[in-house]
Amino acid sequence: MTVNKITNKGKTTLQVEGRVDTVTAPELEKAVNAAAEDTDTLVLDCEKLVYISSAGLRVLLSTHKLMTKKKGTFELINIGDDIMEIFSITGFAQILNIK
Amino acid sequence: MDKLDILAKTENLDTVIDFVNEHLEGVECPMKIQMQIDVAVEEIFVNIANYAYGTGEGPATVRINVDNQNKIVDITFIDNGVPYDPLAKEDPDITLSAQERQIGGLGIFMVKKSMDDVTYEYRDGHNILTLKKGLKG
Repeated sequence: MTVNKITNKGKTTLQVEGRVDTVTAPELEKAVNAAAEDTDTLVLDCEKLVYISSAGLRVLLSTHKLMTKKKGTFELINIGDDIMEIFSITGFAQILNIK
Repeated sequence: MDKLDILAKTENLDTVIDFVNEHLEGVECPMKIQMQIDVAVEEIFVNIANYAYGTGEGPATVRINVDNQNKIVDITFIDNGVPYDPLAKEDPDITLSAQERQIGGLGIFMVKKSMDDVTYEYRDGHNILTLKKGLKG
């Protein structure tokens, strides 16, 4: 898994690529936590995300809670069908801010 | 039928996933189903790695059988750890708001939802958990 960070006019976009699993989720958590400190508008671009397990969902939920707490926004964009299915069966499709 | 004997450690997750995918790639398995199977395998293996042997470590066996004619895969996990039925865990309430949501139990819930059948038994000192999934899209 790799995470690429793009900052533009106060908005930070993290492009996540590869597999977010039990082994790699802590790296994603580190990247989003670092980005969340510097911005109120955090976007996770999932175009190249090919896999996510509950370890990754845990990071998404905690990020969502963190950004809500600081009155910012956390958006997910470019969600593929296979990943969307996982969001749907777990109820994450309803609670995350998916564009 | 093929099997993999491996130390139940999170670091070995990639080896387990690769072992399963090698078998799925031999049949025409849609990517969506392969991902569901990978997620289920990860959740079960990581559960064993985290809980079966307490703070110590021990072995796990992963057996896979692909029925190419009927397009069904069976994957069985066996460990010698403490008796534990992950299926007995209560399902999370997925209708709660983000602030109320707890993350516990989500992994097993995903396994139950995405597999066609999941069974658990404790026999002769072994936890035996079997996943079954049809491979047709």
